[in-house]
Amino acid sequence: MDTVSENKKNYFSSMLMIKRGLAVGFPIMLGYIPIAITYGVLAKQAGLSLMELTLMSVLVFAGASQFMGANMIALGAGAVEIIIATFVLNFRHFVMSLSFMNRLREVDLKWKFPLSLGLTDETFAVSSLHTNEAKEEKGFLFYGALTLTAYLSWVIGSFLGGVLGKVIPETLSQSMGIALYAMFIGLLVPSVKKELRVGLIAVIAMLINVICLQFMSSGWAIVAGTVLGGLSGVFLLKEERR
Amino acid sequence: MIILLIIIGMSVVTMLPRVIPAFIVDKLQFKDWVNRWLNAIPYAALGALIFPGVLSINADKPHIGLIGGFVAIILAYVGLNVIFVVIGAILSVFLLTTLL
Repeated sequence: MDTVSENKKNYFSSMLMIKRGLAVGFPIMLGYIPIAITYGVLAKQAGLSLMELTLMSVLVFAGASQFMGANMIALGAGAVEIIIATFVLNFRHFVMSLSFMNRLREVDLKWKFPLSLGLTDETFAVSSLHTNEAKEEKGFLFYGALTLTAYLSWVIGSFLGGVLGKVIPETLSQSMGIALYAMFIGLLVPSVKKELRVGLIAVIAMLINVICLQFMSSGWAIVAGTVLGGLSGVFLLKEERR
Repeated sequence: MIILLIIIGMSVVTMLPRVIPAFIVDKLQFKDWVNRWLNAIPYAALGALIFPGVLSINADKPHIGLIGGFVAIILAYVGLNVIFVVIGAILSVFLLTTLL
């Protein structure tokens, strides 16, 4: 009897985590699909086949560098050049992953590994502003569900863009370009309301980013803003109540 | 064939920075200040990702992104769920681009 009710409880807590993950993943989906479709269209024009452009989404799963990659392929850039540019653009994920994985210390490596693979700016932002789930028993299902929602939206959206071409009218897709920024803002503002210093960290990072953009590529500028802006947290954040 | 190689190369160089931390946090114990630094990273990343990127959604008219961003701030400030913040910002940008 005991094991039956235990199983039931387990099942319900798992389902709850997955549902919550899907709910917080939904805004990412809304933001990703129009961008993914645009990528699909652009990659097709750049001369990639439907299989190639979808495979790139499956294997790379990084918006900005896929746009850049497709562009560079169209311009006839060399493979090494494209790969190095991709590395530079995505290096920020190292810093983000280090922060997120440090939160997930309790979680088993067999879950941390796939979660880290699915890390993007967006999945990182949503995951790390939901820190409580990391301490819960089935928390990895929450992060897994939101990451998978993002991943599938990206892959399916790219494929659709490659097949259908420009299905979303220009004004609408441009308007939807605000979606991910609005999501970032929607994540940040409640934290700032709770703890004003958090807003200061974000503003410092913005300023560093703006300054660095004057003399480096946007990939490095975001790394600098994130790393140096985050350093201000050493002084601004209170001791962690773990 | 060369495109396939490019895709695989891109995949490897994006995968490594994402995955390596998963393995090293198990091996390392961080000092308090490093933990505080890592805990501040999400907020710093959000700041760096929001600005000035938000200005670029309409490259010719940076004020559209700026206004959309402010709409998002207000909606989030009054306590709306992220999804409504996103929808509200999309609508405001849509209205701005079609009406102006």
